[in-house]
Amino acid sequence: MKIIVCVKQVPDTSGKVAVNPDGTLNRASMQTITNPDDMNAVEAALKLKDATGCKVMVVTMGPPPAAGMLRELMAMGADEAVLVSAREFGGSDTYATSQILAAAISTIGVEDDDIVMCGRQAIDGDTAQVGPQIAEKLHLPQVTYAADIQKDGDTITVKRMLEDGYMTIKVKTPCLITCIKELNNPRYMSIGGIYATYNKPLETFDYEKLKDHPLIDATTIGLKGSPTNIFKSFTPPQKGAGMMLEGADKATCEKLADILAKKHII
Amino acid sequence: MSNFNSADIAAFKDVWVFCEQREGKLMPTDFELISKGRDLADELGVNLCGLLLGGEGIESAAKELGGYGADKVLVCESPLLAVYNTDAYAKVICDVIEDLKPEAFLIGATNIGRDLAPRCAARLHTGLCADCTHLDIDVANYIQFLRESSTLDVDSQKWDMEDRNLKMTRPAFGGHLMATIICPRFRPCMATVRPGVMKKNAFDQAKADACEIVKPAFELSESDLNTEVVEVVKAAKKLVDLIGADYIVSVGRGISKDVEGGIKLAEELADVLGGVVGGSRATIDSGWLSADHQVGQTGKTVHPKVYIALGISGAIQHKAGMQDSECIIAVNKNDTAPIFEIADYGICGDLFKVTPLLIEAIKAAKAAK
Ligand SMILES: Cc1cc2nc3c(=O)[nH]c(=O)nc-3n(C[C@H](O)[C@H](O)[C@H](O)COP(=O)(O)OP(=O)(O)OC[C@H]3O[C@@H](n4cnc5c(N)ncnc54)[C@H](O)[C@@H]3O)c2cc1C
Ligand SMILES: Cc1cc2nc3c(=O)[nH]c(=O)nc-3n(C[C@H](O)[C@H](O)[C@H](O)COP(=O)(O)OP(=O)(O)OC[C@H]3O[C@@H](n4cnc5c(N)ncnc54)[C@H](O)[C@@H]3O)c2cc1C
Repeated sequence: MKIIVCVKQVPDTSGKVAVNPDGTLNRASMQTITNPDDMNAVEAALKLKDATGCKVMVVTMGPPPAAGMLRELMAMGADEAVLVSAREFGGSDTYATSQILAAAISTIGVEDDDIVMCGRQAIDGDTAQVGPQIAEKLHLPQVTYAADIQKDGDTITVKRMLEDGYMTIKVKTPCLITCIKELNNPRYMSIGGIYATYNKPLETFDYEKLKDHPLIDATTIGLKGSPTNIFKSFTPPQKGAGMMLEGADKATCEKLADILAKKHII
Repeated sequence: MSNFNSADIAAFKDVWVFCEQREGKLMPTDFELISKGRDLADELGVNLCGLLLGGEGIESAAKELGGYGADKVLVCESPLLAVYNTDAYAKVICDVIEDLKPEAFLIGATNIGRDLAPRCAARLHTGLCADCTHLDIDVANYIQFLRESSTLDVDSQKWDMEDRNLKMTRPAFGGHLMATIICPRFRPCMATVRPGVMKKNAFDQAKADACEIVKPAFELSESDLNTEVVEVVKAAKKLVDLIGADYIVSVGRGISKDVEGGIKLAEELADVLGGVVGGSRATIDSGWLSADHQVGQTGKTVHPKVYIALGISGAIQHKAGMQDSECIIAVNKNDTAPIFEIADYGICGDLFKVTPLLIEAIKAAKAAK
C-alpha cells in the first residue's frame, strides 16, 4: 500500500502581493510556501503511514527549485518524491495540469490498495479543479472536502463537508481524496527527518520520461493543450475611502445615525 | 454519443444551468444562475435550459425555475439521484450533454458544484472557469464592466466586437488579481459561479406556467456508483443567513478582550437594524463564532445594504467577501487599519465604547422617523 500526495508550491498570498503594471503577478517579490491544504493532505498520509506502515510519496509539478519543498516534505516523513518538470508543461490550465499529473501518477503506478491525495484548493490559482480532474483521468472514485478519513481494510470512510453539514461517504481503494484544513494540524520536520531526507529518493520526470504516455500529447498539455485561456487580467479596483468621522463619542454616533437616516439607509 | 466532439463548436447551442437540489429543495444559487443565464441566452439569441437531477417526483420543483427565466427544464429522475453522488451525477450530466450539446453550462460554485463540474469538464474534454463573479457575452458590455471595475485602459486596446465567447471573470491569488477566462476552442464552455453574486430576477408566475418540462433519456444503474453516501447530516443549529441579510454587523479579533461582551454588542446592534451577525476568519478560527458566520474569500460573499465592521482590520481575504456592500461602516481603534480604505464611514475608537453609543443613536434616529 502507498499514498501518493500531490503538492504544489505557491506564492504566499496572505502577505503583500505585488502586481506588475500590466496586471500580472510579480512572483519574484513573493515568498513561496507549500500550499496550505496540501500540508493537510501530507499530514493525513503520514497519519495513515504511522498506523499501517505504508509508503508515502509526494509529487509536484513545477520548476526545478520546487525540489526544495519536496525535501522538506520528506523531512516531515514522506518516503519518496517525484518532481514533474519540463518546459513543455508550462502554461497548463487545470485540464492540462491534471493530464500531466495523471500521467505521472500512472507512471509511478496505482495499485489496488493505494490512495491518491490532493489539497482541496491551491491558494494561487484558487480553482479546486485539479483533484477531481486527476481522479477522472485515472478513472478513480473521488471524495472531496475531506474533514476526517478512517481506513478499515480496503474501505475508506470520509467525512465530506457541505456548507450546511456533512456527508459520510464510503469508498474503496484505489481512490482520490481532497483535503481541507479541518482535517488535521500538519507536523513539523524532525531533526532526524532533516538528516534522513537527503538519502531519500527524489526522481525527476521530464518530458522525455512522460512523452510516450497515452495521456501526453501536444494537444492536451501546456499552453497549447489548455482548453481555457486568460483573456485579460487586472487588479480589482479599491473601493474609494469614504468619510472618517471626527471623534468617537455620542455626538459622532448621532451624526452617523443622522446621515444614515437622511440617506434612507436605515 | 459516439459522434460527440467537443471541438466541433458549431454543433453546440443553448445555455444550460445545473440546478442543484438538496433534500428535494432547490438551492438559492439556482435562481441566481437562471437569472444570469437568461441574460446570456438573450445575448446569444438561444434558449435557456435548467438541468435538474433528483429522486422520483423532483419534477414538481422544476416549473419554479421558469419563473426566473428558464425556457425549459430538463428533468432526470432516479432513486440513485435523490442524494448527490459524484459518479451518478457526472454520468447522467455528461451523457445528456453529449446528446443535446449546450454551448455554455453554468454550475453553482457550492461544495457540490465544485466537486461535480471539474469531473464533467475533464470527461467532456472542455474548459472550466472556477468560481466566477462576472459573466459577459457582448463585448460592449464587457468593456463597460472593465471601465467600472478595473484600472485597464480599455480605449487603447483593440477589440473584436463580434466575439461571441463567454467571458468569465474570477478572482485568483486570494482576491489580489482578477482574470477573465475564455474557452474558445471547446464546448460546452463551463463555469462555476460564486453563490450570492448574481442578482436574482423577480419571480414571474406566467413564465413559470409557460416553462416546458422535458425528460431526456438516460441510463444509470447501481454499478455506475463507486462511492456510497452512508448519511447526510445537517448542522444542528440553524445557520445564519448572511447572504440574504440586508444588514450585517461583523466582529473581528478586536473583541478579544471581552469576547462575549463584544458578540453581545454586535447582536444588539444587529437587532436594532434588523440584521444578523457575521465575523472575520480570526473569530471563527478562535472558536468565538461558528463557521457559517465567516465573511470573506473562504467564507461568504455578501452585499448587504449596510455592513458594519467592528474590530476588523480589513485583510484582503476579508474585503473579498464584503467590499461590494452598499454602505460600509468601520469601527477600529487603529486609524491606519486597511478597512478604512474601503469604508464609507469610519470611526476611530474603541468598539466597546462606540458600539453602545451607536446602538442608542440608531434607535433614536429610527424612532424619530
Ligand atoms: C489568474 C489565473 C486564473 C486561472 N483560472 C483558471 C480557470 O478558471 N480554469 C482553469 O482551468 N485554469 C485556470 N488557471 C490555471 C491554473 O491555475 C493552473 O492550471 C494551475 O496549474 C492549477 O490550478 P490551481 O492552482 O487552481 O490548483 P487547484 O485545482 O486549486 O489545486 C488543487 C490541488 O491539486 C493539486 N495540484 C494542483 N496543482 C499542482 C501541481 N502543479 N503539482 C502538484 N499538485 C498540484 C494540489 O494537491 C492542490 O491542492 C488560472 C491561472 C491563473 C494565473
Ligand atoms: C487563504 C486564506 C483565506 C482567508 N480567508 C479569510 C476569509 O474568508 N475571511 C476573513 O475574514 N479572513 C480570511 N483570512 C484571514 C485574513 O488574512 C485575516 O487574518 C483576518 O481577516 C483577520 O481578522 P481580523 O480583522 O478579525 O483580525 P486582525 O487582523 O487581528 O484585526 C483586528 C483589528 O481589531 C482592531 N481592534 C483591536 N481592539 C479593538 C477595540 N477594542 N476596538 C476597535 N478595534 C479594535 C485592531 O486595530 C485590528 O485592526 C484568510 C487568510 C488566508 C491566508
